Amino acid sequence: MSALRRHVSVLGASARLSFLLAMQYRWDFLLDGVMSVLWTAAAVIPLYLVFEERPVIAGWGYGEALLVIGWFTVLDALLKGAINPSLVTVIELIRSGTLDFVLLKPADAQFLVSTARFRPWRLISLVSAFGIFAYAFSVIGRGPTWGGVLQAVAMLGAGVITLYSVWILVISVAFRAVRIDNLRYLFEAVFEAGRWPSSVFKGVLSFFFTFVIPLALMTTYPAEALLGTLSWERFIGGWVGALIFAVISRLTWKRSISNYTSASS
Amino acid sequence: MRTLRTLPALFRLSMAKAMAYRGELIVWMLTSTMPLIMLPLWHAVAEQAPLAGFSQSRFTAYFLAGFVIRQMVGNWASWTINSEVRTGALNRRLLRPIHPMWAYATESLASIPVRSLLALPVAVLALALTQAGHLARHPLLWVMAPLAILGAWAIGFFAHVAIGALSLWMHQSIKVVEVWSAGFFIFSGYLVPVALFPSWLRSTPDWLPFQYQHGFPIDLVTGALSVEQAAHALGAQWLWVAILASLAMLLWGRGIKRYGAYGG
Repeated sequence: MSALRRHVSVLGASARLSFLLAMQYRWDFLLDGVMSVLWTAAAVIPLYLVFEERPVIAGWGYGEALLVIGWFTVLDALLKGAINPSLVTVIELIRSGTLDFVLLKPADAQFLVSTARFRPWRLISLVSAFGIFAYAFSVIGRGPTWGGVLQAVAMLGAGVITLYSVWILVISVAFRAVRIDNLRYLFEAVFEAGRWPSSVFKGVLSFFFTFVIPLALMTTYPAEALLGTLSWERFIGGWVGALIFAVISRLTWKRSISNYTSASS
Repeated sequence: MRTLRTLPALFRLSMAKAMAYRGELIVWMLTSTMPLIMLPLWHAVAEQAPLAGFSQSRFTAYFLAGFVIRQMVGNWASWTINSEVRTGALNRRLLRPIHPMWAYATESLASIPVRSLLALPVAVLALALTQAGHLARHPLLWVMAPLAILGAWAIGFFAHVAIGALSLWMHQSIKVVEVWSAGFFIFSGYLVPVALFPSWLRSTPDWLPFQYQHGFPIDLVTGALSVEQAAHALGAQWLWVAILASLAMLLWGRGIKRYGAYGG
């Protein structure tokens, strides 16, 4: 019990620290806000142009596809605000050998490196996301049901777990091949494909984005849940997939740590 | 004159660096996969019938050519300058008897041989998939193509140096790079071919530098332009190169006078 309490207080302390740091850079608030609006526009404009010409693409209408973009914006904000900032530093810690100091601390190392740093301003994108949702439902012409919202939020939980687990797997690669501090950009680039409903992808890509990097589960399933068209089989399948990813990533992390020989030795 | 003699050595050095960190470089290259991610979407769009003259195979040609050209003209000088200003590594560059801009330029150009290792197979694949049906035919267009690609590189390079030089005033100009990239994403034809823009937005890209970095060289090599149109656009492109080059020189020259090296 005390271990749990200690971890919660560590989380609180690091969140407070991140918030104080963010308050120092108040200009970033404005810039991140402007950037968020620009990126949202960059995401929505192509979609708007496409659906002007074709009302239905791969089984998705304009409003429905907007919902996918909305969930993509939510996950992107969480990735860049809560997951990325901490985990990116791990790669640097491994390279410089200072990961040793983290391992010595009396708390779980994965927990420590995952909560080291947050970027609160990035979360402004969540406002853009809600804007997109509102716009999407005004296009569709009806609101979501409460059941749909609940199911979507539950699905989002599975999506976040998967996203985080994939990130831990990416980091585990850094234990082996040190000089790839740009892996995060690669991951972010692949993640971009989550903007589109998964039925757009065919063949190999479809398999890749369902099972290897399950983007479908992160953005398409929650959108379907909001629409009320997500079947319970897919919902449960999504959660099972997320948990499998979580277990694999935890085991891989443990393995990487136990094989880790530090930079100096 | 001395600069000219130094350049080949500088180039070899940069190339050796690019080879030494080839793993890293390949990961970098794979990050510009956005054209490949856009392609399935447009394929789904053009499944029933072509869209404003874009059939599935033309979309394939457009985005694969886009991927290859992006590999050739990629630039990251502003990131380098930002980090060198912050860490003070710029001092060493300034001590050398050659303008740092040459060093940044060779660093960028020297990575092209390694980059082609990935870009060329994609180019071949594009040719195989579209049976050369979407390739410029007029020989004059092929004379212009290298100039257009060089121009595309130069626009990106000078923009990056100009933005990088801003860090001499503002300590960090990474956010400005992000604004530039957002403009690029929207107006260059990177995500949506400019030809598909609606009429009210159609003329905006013509007044911005972004499409000359990306959409124009693609249209040139995929045969979407007549010789006359291509010559016209090439002129506009090099006008942008001149404008951005002067801006970069000006900002760099002014900024470097303000630069007080960190750590002494």
